[in-house]
Amino acid sequence: MADPVVLALAVPLCPLAAFALTWLLARGRPAAGAALSLPAIALSFVLSAVMLWGQVQAPGAIQADIPWMPAGRLSISMGILLNPLSALMMVIVTGVSLLVQIYSLGYMRGDPGFARFFSYLSLFSFSMLTLVLADNFILLYMAWELVGLCSYLLIGFWYEKPEAARAAKKAFVVTRVGDLGFLVGILMLSLLAGTFDFAGVARFIGAGSVPQGQVTLVVLLLFCGAVGKSGQFPLHVWLPDAMEGPTPVSALIHSATMVAAGVFMVARLYGIFQESADALRVVAGLGAFTAVFAAAIALAQDDIKRILAYSTISQLGYMMLALGVGGYGAGLFHLTTHAAFKTLLFLGAGSVIHAAGTNDIRQMGGLARRMPVTTVTFAVAVLAIAGIFPLSGFWSKDEILEAVRAGGHPVLYMVALGTVFLTAVYMSRLFFMAFTGASRGEGAHESPAIMTVPLLILAVLAAGLGMLGSPWVGRGIHGLLDPAAPRPVLNMGILVLSNGLAAAGILLALVLFGGRAGARAAHARKAGPLYSLLANKFYIDELYLLLIRALFFSLTTAVAWFDRHIVDGTVNLVGGASKMGGALLRRTLSGKIQGYALIITCGALAALAILLAAGLGLFGAWLTGPGILGPGGAGR
Amino acid sequence: MTLTLTHYLVLAALLFCLGVYGAITRKNAIGILMALELVFNAVNLTLVAAGRFRPQPDAVGQLFALFVIAAAAAESILGLAIILAIYRRRVVVNADEMDLMKN
Repeated sequence: MADPVVLALAVPLCPLAAFALTWLLARGRPAAGAALSLPAIALSFVLSAVMLWGQVQAPGAIQADIPWMPAGRLSISMGILLNPLSALMMVIVTGVSLLVQIYSLGYMRGDPGFARFFSYLSLFSFSMLTLVLADNFILLYMAWELVGLCSYLLIGFWYEKPEAARAAKKAFVVTRVGDLGFLVGILMLSLLAGTFDFAGVARFIGAGSVPQGQVTLVVLLLFCGAVGKSGQFPLHVWLPDAMEGPTPVSALIHSATMVAAGVFMVARLYGIFQESADALRVVAGLGAFTAVFAAAIALAQDDIKRILAYSTISQLGYMMLALGVGGYGAGLFHLTTHAAFKTLLFLGAGSVIHAAGTNDIRQMGGLARRMPVTTVTFAVAVLAIAGIFPLSGFWSKDEILEAVRAGGHPVLYMVALGTVFLTAVYMSRLFFMAFTGASRGEGAHESPAIMTVPLLILAVLAAGLGMLGSPWVGRGIHGLLDPAAPRPVLNMGILVLSNGLAAAGILLALVLFGGRAGARAAHARKAGPLYSLLANKFYIDELYLLLIRALFFSLTTAVAWFDRHIVDGTVNLVGGASKMGGALLRRTLSGKIQGYALIITCGALAALAILLAAGLGLFGAWLTGPGILGPGGAGR
Repeated sequence: MTLTLTHYLVLAALLFCLGVYGAITRKNAIGILMALELVFNAVNLTLVAAGRFRPQPDAVGQLFALFVIAAAAAESILGLAIILAIYRRRVVVNADEMDLMKN
């Protein structure tokens, strides 16, 4: 068995090598690009699985680092920290990447940027794996920004489309707002603790020498980064727009992996977060609000990918809620199952879009007969996300509900239950509108095997992954993440409650949206202002635009005036004064040698006059003293 | 009336001023060179006189004067050569017309 550190390092470095080689050797050669990218991520996946297996056998943190920038008292090191959490995350990232890359072989066939697409996917895998393995804030932040860059590149992959370019910019700028808080938090922490190392910082905070208020502030600043990256309210606005990117990207980055980075970060730094109960309450509250808020918006959307995007925001809210109420294992378990069923949903949506040629579910219908594999797998994913027993979403979601209930948060518990119902409604609405009813897409046909095989694999995972957290496999995933976790038990009360709510939601959607298109429109009309409020996403985008116009632009106008008149004025004044002074002095330089001679003579005379008048200085004293001009010398 | 150092110095000062005045006012470049010779000689006179009126008179002043003469001779040759070169090129010997450096 090789050194685990070397193996762990090889996991992110394989995709990096693929990325570099693609740009060096395979630009514009599609087959070569895929041929480099796929084996690299497959190798990474195998290595990650080995790492995870090692952690299952013998859980324990392995840390290795080298000093990178020693600077006096503060030494910045680069290193990796392999523990059960990062091993699990590595398997999720590489597994989803592998399936999405296989799927992309079919989905992106014939695209002029085929090789570029795979190189970006490789770069993303590298960045995300580095983020997962980092053992200190500097490396974490670097990888954090790198995945943001990859997200930007991939949202704007079809940059000729103006909406795609705009969405890419929006994603970059909005996440930047959160990242600023994250960076400030990191710098404050390092200033306090004198180190960037996770373990060192956690030890320092745990020692209790920092005032509680400061700890809360720092933790909330760190959480800002997670809010931006994981699309939590109020920075969720970029994620739905990010759906302008190719669908495999939405599946990989904007549902399963990168947006989960915020949740992962909170989990990775859980020791620090736990030091502030107030901050954890904020995490839980914001998570619960985001969950129900995004689920409500998803009810009234018509773009299949946007529905899934709001669903992702809602599910990430669930994870945050779980972490906030102390359900560490539950949150990460949900992250794992969510990665499976949400990737499946997106890839299924990609298959649908591929066949129907539109994103609008009102234009679809009756796809079930034409696309059997996609329909069946999609149905599995819908049932999984709705939390129907015994699919994966049920296990993880019920654990979160249990954690919220046990944590003694009745309000959050009600919100979470409401979200279960809403989730079932909007997902079923999507399913019924797209797959059942009158057939409309005439040319629709099943996707090729290269796309359906990943769907089938994911469907098996979406159905079965939940078993890891069921009482029938021992302590399962919890034993891995938290050795102290108790053996999970099936809470019959919550089981009946959540499944009842989900079933009610599905039935409601069947009644409302299972019928003809005319009936659907009538329901929308009946809902009236509430419907338009939801369809317009609570006017959050418009509100931001208004705020930016009113506050930001008036501020920038004032600043621009100041810059143009005061700052530029000062600069111009200095320039103008030099120019005028120069014009005056130019007169003295006639180019005639005797003019210069006169000036030199006058200068010498002036110097002599000053020396004599002062009667001071070495030369003056010598000249006027005895021996030369004085009485002693002159008398001879 | 005995000649004191003051007399020599006053004479040298007059000679110096005359030379400077000539160097500044003469148009002809050769004239300027000649005026500069007056300045050198004013310095030489000062040096020799100062040497003569030291408490123990010696030849140090004269030695300095010889050096100055040698340097002045070299300087004159250089100056004359430049003036000759300018004259060959531009047919001017007046210093106020030598303003190629301007602009």
